[in-house]
Amino acid sequence: MTSAGIRAVWAVLTVVGVIILFWYAASVPMNIKGVLTEFERAGEQVDPPKAVDRRDMSEFELVFDNPYAIDETWDQDRPRLPAPHQVAEELWETTVEKKITSKRSLIYHAWVTLSATMLGFAIGTGLGILLAVGIVHSRVMDLSVMPWAIVSQTIPIIALAPMIIVVLYSIGIQGIIPKAIISAYLSFFPVVVGMVKGLRSPDAMQLDLLRTYNASRSQGFWKLRLPASMPYLFTSLKIGIAASLVGAIVGELPTGAVAGLGARLLAGSYYGQTVQIWSALFAAAILAACLVGLLGVLERLVLKRMGMSQ
Amino acid sequence: MSEAASNQAVVQAQGLDLTFQTNDGPIHALKDVNLTVDKGEFVSFIGPSGCGKTTFLRCIAALETPTGGTLTVNGMTPDEARRNRAYGYVFQAAGLYPWRTIAKNIKLPLEIMGYSAAEQDERVKNVLELVDLEGFGGKFPWQLSGGMQQRASIARALAFDADILLMDEPFGALDEIVRDHLNEQLLALWARTEKTIGFVTHSIPEAVYLSTKIVVMSPRPGRITDVIDSPLPKERPLDIRDTPEFIEVAHRVREGLRAGHTDD
Ligand SMILES: Nc1ncnc2c1ncn2[C@@H]1O[C@H](COP(=O)(O)OP(=O)(O)OP(=O)(O)O)[C@@H](O)[C@H]1O
Ligand SMILES: [Mg+2]
Repeated sequence: MTSAGIRAVWAVLTVVGVIILFWYAASVPMNIKGVLTEFERAGEQVDPPKAVDRRDMSEFELVFDNPYAIDETWDQDRPRLPAPHQVAEELWETTVEKKITSKRSLIYHAWVTLSATMLGFAIGTGLGILLAVGIVHSRVMDLSVMPWAIVSQTIPIIALAPMIIVVLYSIGIQGIIPKAIISAYLSFFPVVVGMVKGLRSPDAMQLDLLRTYNASRSQGFWKLRLPASMPYLFTSLKIGIAASLVGAIVGELPTGAVAGLGARLLAGSYYGQTVQIWSALFAAAILAACLVGLLGVLERLVLKRMGMSQ
Repeated sequence: MSEAASNQAVVQAQGLDLTFQTNDGPIHALKDVNLTVDKGEFVSFIGPSGCGKTTFLRCIAALETPTGGTLTVNGMTPDEARRNRAYGYVFQAAGLYPWRTIAKNIKLPLEIMGYSAAEQDERVKNVLELVDLEGFGGKFPWQLSGGMQQRASIARALAFDADILLMDEPFGALDEIVRDHLNEQLLALWARTEKTIGFVTHSIPEAVYLSTKIVVMSPRPGRITDVIDSPLPKERPLDIRDTPEFIEVAHRVREGLRAGHTDD
């Protein structure tokens, strides 16, 4: 590895290390009250001994007065803020040690969410590209579709998701489709915006050149506009797939779904299983990173094959 | 070339006018332009910035619509000529597609015009030879120097059988030595292909060296102030630029440009 590479790795590790340290430090005051309550119930000496007295005290003061409780703040069953190793353990147990078919396997839940994400992403991307092509080629569509597309994104998805699910349920559609639609709803927009920009990226000279060849509109599209839009498309796809994942998770919340990362989040919050919530969050983040990374690889391959990256 | 053929008018402009309507008011880009270009001629357009050289070339190519007067190309309207694919246009920037190799770039007009695959390969090979780029067909544009890219864009304009070649300052961005070399090549190419060439330049020596006819223009409003038929022979080695005839023509062009300026 080059020395620059080694330095980059060190920089990343340092940042990760600092975050983990900070996280451990934050767990202590966050969990101290709960720990002291447990200790009090177990009949141990706590300072101050009564919960009412502790209620209004600052967490830092409590930590200072009960330093022996610090260990326990990183080892609670239901901490307010679980410590990193608790989340890591939970992740390990629910991915590696559980059978994929198990209802407690995070891989199984991630797969449920992923399939809705992929379907929604495919629908969103297809719709986004179609709309962009229409917007670029038709002035009427440019004027009529674009404002609606923008408005659609100003409505909070949290407010819209339950309505979509209820409406679709009432006409007998449920399961993966409503989730995919919410996911598509979030992902089509970056694709439209990026694709419109990409399809319009050829300059006047390049369009004039085609005119001197008497090229048809469709030739202009296939030979100039579409290839010129590829770098823009990939940028939008990376944003779009992350949005798709968020959409799929949000789509799992209002149904009280039984499977999926969203369901894990929901169940975790019902039962105060913070470790479960955090591990589901991490699973979602890791999944998003993998999807975006995968698209990045695809982007490099395609652009390289096209000769557009050097 | 026979006498009859050389007298055939390829471009004919009569009282040509073009006014751009802009937010800052109308701009009279061309005023009462009269010009006849015969088949096989090499015509240069020279004049200060903003005198309408590009605009006139674009009118011939039907990329701009005149607001007055008449303009015919090969006896048709410019737009009919465009639809008949009568010209190749070389812009100031090479404008090659970065996602296509040089050979594929040259194939672009051929694909659009529906040439067969075999014919495309054949023509690409020929024009690459013509512009001295053999062996570079498989390279991407960014792998070539600016001068080579510009030659590739000329090759692209030559690939199909347009008998008019319109070039807007094609060598403007290149250094003098490369430019000399490309000028020589362009003359050789013109002699071989017998195309009619319209060529915009800012350089007096370039205009005199290349042209059979030099059109001197002046700005505000853009108009033709002088049309010089060059007495130089068709055969032109680079050192023709030191002969008295050359210097005389160059002098006349300079005078024409100066006259245009004092009119202001
Ligand atoms: N599309 C346009 N809209 C408005 N005005 C224009 C347009 N194109 C050219 N003009 C104006 O017309 C005039 C002639 O422009 P043109 O580009 O033909 O000049 P030129 O002789 O080619 O100059 P240069 O040597 O700098 O290339 C200029 O005043 C320019 O501002
Ligand atoms: Mg110009």
